[in-house]
Amino acid sequence: MLFTSYSFIFFLCILISLYYLIPKRLQWKFLLLGSFVFYFFSGWSNLLYILVTIISTYFTGLKIDDLNRKQNAYLKENKGQITKEERKLYKEKIKAKQWKLLLICLIFNLGILAVVKYTNFAIANINSVLSMFRMTELSFVNLILPMGISFYTFKTMGYIIDVYRGKYEPERNIGKLALFVSFFPQLIQGPISRYDDLSKSLYQEHSFDSQTFSYGFQRVLWGYFKKLVVADRIVAAVLTITRNPDIYDGVYVFVGMVFYAIQLYADFTGGIDITIGVAQMLGIEVKENFIRPYFSKSIVEYWRRWHITMGTWFRDYIFYPLSVCKPMLNLSKASRNRFGDKIGKRVPVYLATMMVWFTTGIWHGSSWNFIVWGLLNGVVILISQELEPLYAKFHQKVKIGDTFGFRLFRVIRTFLLMSSLRILDCYRDVGISFKMFFTMFTKPDIRVLFDGSLLKLGLDASDYVVLIIGVIVLLTFSLIQRKGSVREMLSYNSAVLRYSIYIILFFSVLIFGAYGIGFDSNQFIYNQF
Amino acid sequence: MKKKKIISIVIVILVITSIAVLLQKLLMPKYMTQIVEGALIKEYYYEKLKDHDVMFIGDCEVYENFSPITLWEEYGITSYIRGGAQQLVWHSYYLLEDTLKYEKPDVVVFSVLAMMYNEPQREAYNRMNIDGLPLSLTKINAARASMLPEEDLITYVFPLLRYHSRWSELSSEDYRYWLRRDQISHNGYLMRVDVKPAGRLPTPRLLDDYRFGETAYKYLDKITELCKKNGIELVLIKAPSLYPHWYEEWDQQMVDYAEKNGLLYINMLDDIDKIGLDFEMDTYDAGLHLNLSGAEKASRYFGNILKSRFNIPDKRNDEKLKAIWQEKADYYYKMEQEQYRELEEYGYLLKFNMKRNEENKIKP
Repeated sequence: MLFTSYSFIFFLCILISLYYLIPKRLQWKFLLLGSFVFYFFSGWSNLLYILVTIISTYFTGLKIDDLNRKQNAYLKENKGQITKEERKLYKEKIKAKQWKLLLICLIFNLGILAVVKYTNFAIANINSVLSMFRMTELSFVNLILPMGISFYTFKTMGYIIDVYRGKYEPERNIGKLALFVSFFPQLIQGPISRYDDLSKSLYQEHSFDSQTFSYGFQRVLWGYFKKLVVADRIVAAVLTITRNPDIYDGVYVFVGMVFYAIQLYADFTGGIDITIGVAQMLGIEVKENFIRPYFSKSIVEYWRRWHITMGTWFRDYIFYPLSVCKPMLNLSKASRNRFGDKIGKRVPVYLATMMVWFTTGIWHGSSWNFIVWGLLNGVVILISQELEPLYAKFHQKVKIGDTFGFRLFRVIRTFLLMSSLRILDCYRDVGISFKMFFTMFTKPDIRVLFDGSLLKLGLDASDYVVLIIGVIVLLTFSLIQRKGSVREMLSYNSAVLRYSIYIILFFSVLIFGAYGIGFDSNQFIYNQF
Repeated sequence: MKKKKIISIVIVILVITSIAVLLQKLLMPKYMTQIVEGALIKEYYYEKLKDHDVMFIGDCEVYENFSPITLWEEYGITSYIRGGAQQLVWHSYYLLEDTLKYEKPDVVVFSVLAMMYNEPQREAYNRMNIDGLPLSLTKINAARASMLPEEDLITYVFPLLRYHSRWSELSSEDYRYWLRRDQISHNGYLMRVDVKPAGRLPTPRLLDDYRFGETAYKYLDKITELCKKNGIELVLIKAPSLYPHWYEEWDQQMVDYAEKNGLLYINMLDDIDKIGLDFEMDTYDAGLHLNLSGAEKASRYFGNILKSRFNIPDKRNDEKLKAIWQEKADYYYKMEQEQYRELEEYGYLLKFNMKRNEENKIKP
């Protein structure tokens, strides 16, 4: 059930109406039922996958907690009777057991994700090796990727790691845990919520609050505007350019790159707006996933503002543990001894960074394009970090102040840099992606921008008018948003103005949205991850 | 405070509904030129006196080949054609079901050519046959029976969801007919006076299977049942169009069906000479459809059968009807004259040749 389908809107209307009509104590149970119904529409077998993940995570959490309780009881019982050493040994023994449980759970759930998502990728790579030796190639397997598996697997992993770390106690009600994992607005494309964040409002009893509901509805409408008016309209040109690299190279690649940046932003942030808005209509708070990322002045800043919940997930559950794990500390020590402090201390950071970016890449998709994209992000970040002192020196020398012009330059530079890296998202393989990237410099025929060629990319003049207006609206909104919440600002204005804006937004989506027959029904780009 | 809130919500809902209705009216195709058959289904609901002796249902073989004005003038039979472009059997069934909410004719005439289709064909034809129906369970059922996989039921309930993207192709016609429509047909008959003689027809291709499909039969059964339930005589008719080819095997199936159900089946292709049709003069598109002269001949012939078989009384002396039909006839002859004038002046009919109008810079 896609967010952009009529069935989703119908489902939502029924669910929200009943949600506020039933007794409040049943609300979370009803949401669980609704989430399962939502997920069931994507295929009943998908439901099995998510159930297995929920059950395995639930019991592992309980088991880890049981060991904690056992440990506490033992230590309390034997207080003063055992030595400090024995106490430490006992704790280590328990921790080791918990570690084993955690590892089994992580491997099991990651295993499911790996099998369904990466088996064919692995087979393709094995086959390319086998073909070099003229050996019989393996057949591909027919596995359907369950909707949102990457998102809910990461959610459960974060949960179980936090339980292991003792950040919070495990959820003892399997229904509540199931709701946390399967909460339907987040199932399709995140955000990757943390249990301690989401659970605050997820299981609460909610009375209908017209202000909150209205804010949620506005957010949903805004999401649909981004998705249907901008993303799903511009996609025709993106596909025309990227699916025909033999025809569209040079300046077209640049156009495709910028168009894809617009599409991805409108698509992903639009989807998240719908998610957060739907949750808000239900009285549930979901963390923000974007803070105007295209206004970032550096790539590091960009990754702090784009897909925030994914970035922090990788930081908390991969980067930090990796940086302080025993082998890494040993490596750090060894490299300091070998190369000196300056270089030595960088080795583990570099290694952890590149591993994080490798994982980020492969999480995005089972292809070399994504792996190379991830690694390149890591390389650019590390180079930027290394060049930081050089920049500082340069700025001091040429005395470039923090002017608007310079800030704008940095924003555009970051936008173009990130867009260039995303070329790997668009083309079918790494080789073509690089080839196309370089044609931007080898075939700079800018006439195509003005001779009507852009009207042959699947968009006509009226489409461009809608897109230009749409992008201006998005940009204006983001600029205003820097001063605070636009919805709150609007709420201080007269009702006539407010409602006029909402009505215009509603009809803009209805009329100018690219949906229905004649438009390809586009899934959200992040659904596939 | 609460009262104020409720009032503002009601106002917002009213504003949204009004804008939506206006936008829907603007964005829906008007079918006032070129593909005028799209306007036929809706036109029935503007009819002042919905009380007819004979009701035709079916595809272009009814709305192009029979003239209710001729049936009135020659036999005093009141009739209406609820025809639509490529109207399929299930379209016809639901149109009949809807029509019976307004009137109960003595005879229903169903064009059997549609039996050749067992599945929905094109969205455009679904739209032309269903969009004009007022919103009701019948319309929803009609849409459900007709939809192609890529279609959504909700777009038949709120057509704005289907036609929203027409904003970029709105023409002066859309604005001119935003809130009103011209009368296109004459009780469902689409008049054309131009002539294009039937030349050599393509050789009929051999079919793998000549049997009509299950769905087609299912809805024909439903039409038969509906007529029986309402005490209406059902006539199955194959109009005298030369193309698409009407196979012997198809004809036999209709003969058998009529016999089995005690219905009258007339294949007018067998009586072309008796009707007096001359396909050098009586067709406007080389034998697919009859022009006015052909339609009048076919109506005269068929009216005689209706009269003799079903004892339909001559109502020409009914003063009320006389006045109504006189008005209809006036419009009929006015349009006929207008079309002849256009043929003489331009060599073609303006309404049906918008491209040529554009080339010749003529505003119809």
